[in-house]
Amino acid sequence: MSLLDDFMVRAVLAAVGTALACGALGCFVVWRRMAYFGDATAHAAILGVALALAFSVWVPLGVLIVALAMGVLVGTYASDTITPDSLLGVLSHSALALGLVTVSLLPQARVNLDAYLFGDILVVRPLDLAVIWIGAAVVLGLLAWRWQALLAEVLSGDLAYASGLNPKRDRLMLTLLIAAVVAVSIKVVGALLITAMLVIPAAAARLIARGPEAMAALATLIGIAAAIGGLFAARTLGTPAGPSIICGAAALFLVMSMVARLRG
Amino acid sequence: MSLITAENIEVRNGGTRALFGVSLALEAREIVTVVGPNGSGKSTLMRALIGAVPLQAGRITRRPGLRIGYVPQTLHIDRALPMTVRRFLNLPNRVGRAAARAALARTGVEALEQRQLAGLSGGQLQRVLLARAILNAPHLLVLDEPTQGLDQPASASFYRLIEALRDEMGCAVLMVSHELHVVMSATDRVICLNGHICCEGTPDVVTAAPAYRELFGTGTGGALALYRHEHDHAHDHPHGHADAPCHDHGDHGA
Repeated sequence: MSLLDDFMVRAVLAAVGTALACGALGCFVVWRRMAYFGDATAHAAILGVALALAFSVWVPLGVLIVALAMGVLVGTYASDTITPDSLLGVLSHSALALGLVTVSLLPQARVNLDAYLFGDILVVRPLDLAVIWIGAAVVLGLLAWRWQALLAEVLSGDLAYASGLNPKRDRLMLTLLIAAVVAVSIKVVGALLITAMLVIPAAAARLIARGPEAMAALATLIGIAAAIGGLFAARTLGTPAGPSIICGAAALFLVMSMVARLRG
Repeated sequence: MSLITAENIEVRNGGTRALFGVSLALEAREIVTVVGPNGSGKSTLMRALIGAVPLQAGRITRRPGLRIGYVPQTLHIDRALPMTVRRFLNLPNRVGRAAARAALARTGVEALEQRQLAGLSGGQLQRVLLARAILNAPHLLVLDEPTQGLDQPASASFYRLIEALRDEMGCAVLMVSHELHVVMSATDRVICLNGHICCEGTPDVVTAAPAYRELFGTGTGGALALYRHEHDHAHDHPHGHADAPCHDHGDHGA
């Protein structure tokens, strides 16, 4: 097996693992209108990278911690004078800018932040693969465990309360899972495009799905197809892998819109 | 033991006091209607009883194992979420096909089984919500303004359905009415709420007298009744009586 193919196998495994983690969770991002929240968490990840490099912490861990902190902060901060939307705007871009500034101050000769902003799937190491697949397994496992409760919460928190559930706890879990997915997939698609990996497959699946389970399954399949297709297109055309994967997802979104239109 | 008991509960919405000093107990098979002007805390009381809002003071005790069937005032269905009526009935507990069909048939919407929730009319959604609420054979049905948007014959028929369900399942019913004076005639007890409980009593069953019949229209089949508010506390400040029999007297009972 040539060196290139070995890279490619790892890249495909990384991209498919990311698509698995993003498919079903992305549906909740779409249903609960958390796209901007996903962006804020992803931008916070850049700050996480900067802090991890500054304090010589393992980067995925730094990303996870800062992304979790952002999730909890946004989820629990309440104020009468700032809407959640502007709060996200403030935190999201502050975290991104602070991360970029922090990196520039680092004594290390030159940190290439591009890999974290746009992803660098072709340098994925076995340890990265383990992080991605364990992360995907945790995300899917928790979603499957709380699936019914989470759906009830999406429909109406009051209905969930009346059924004896604790929608607050389930909402917090979603927040934490999004942070985990950001930490897991930053290597693959990069911080700037992580939300796309959550939102585009789910939105494409919504166009033809009639039930929540079908939508989650279809979103996962679309994500996997986009990941594999995008990677091979990137290798053929010499384009960056992360953006190529997202372009693949966007193309599948167009296909789904046409299918939906044809079906009437 | 009562199904559910509230003792001196207080609930705040932001800075304002939505409920204060409210105590009530619901017994098995009882039908209780809560009336009150807009903003009087009726929905807040329902949400407090199902555990959806935190209490500032007081406490709520549920009989152990109490099953509540809750029908919210509205359910905003985001179009981003594809969900058929059948799938909705499976939330959060999965139910068999026969049970789901029976519940839908009982509330008169069996034809909607495969329809998308987001495409239903308000009245259809109301009956689907009711079907879901009766699926787990609740001890207590809580309905928040179930007849809002329905005309009088439709309200009357909805009330007859509720009464029949109570008789079949032996559940208690706690219902908010947006009408101050017209309530379901099977109501055992009317509670008039305005932040606190202003008065309680039984409704006058609408008689066959022609004047009443004219007032309530024909075809309501005696499902509606009048409630006469008799407030036992007077207020030393003047206020308009035009809209609300329960006046704003938020300073009392603190």
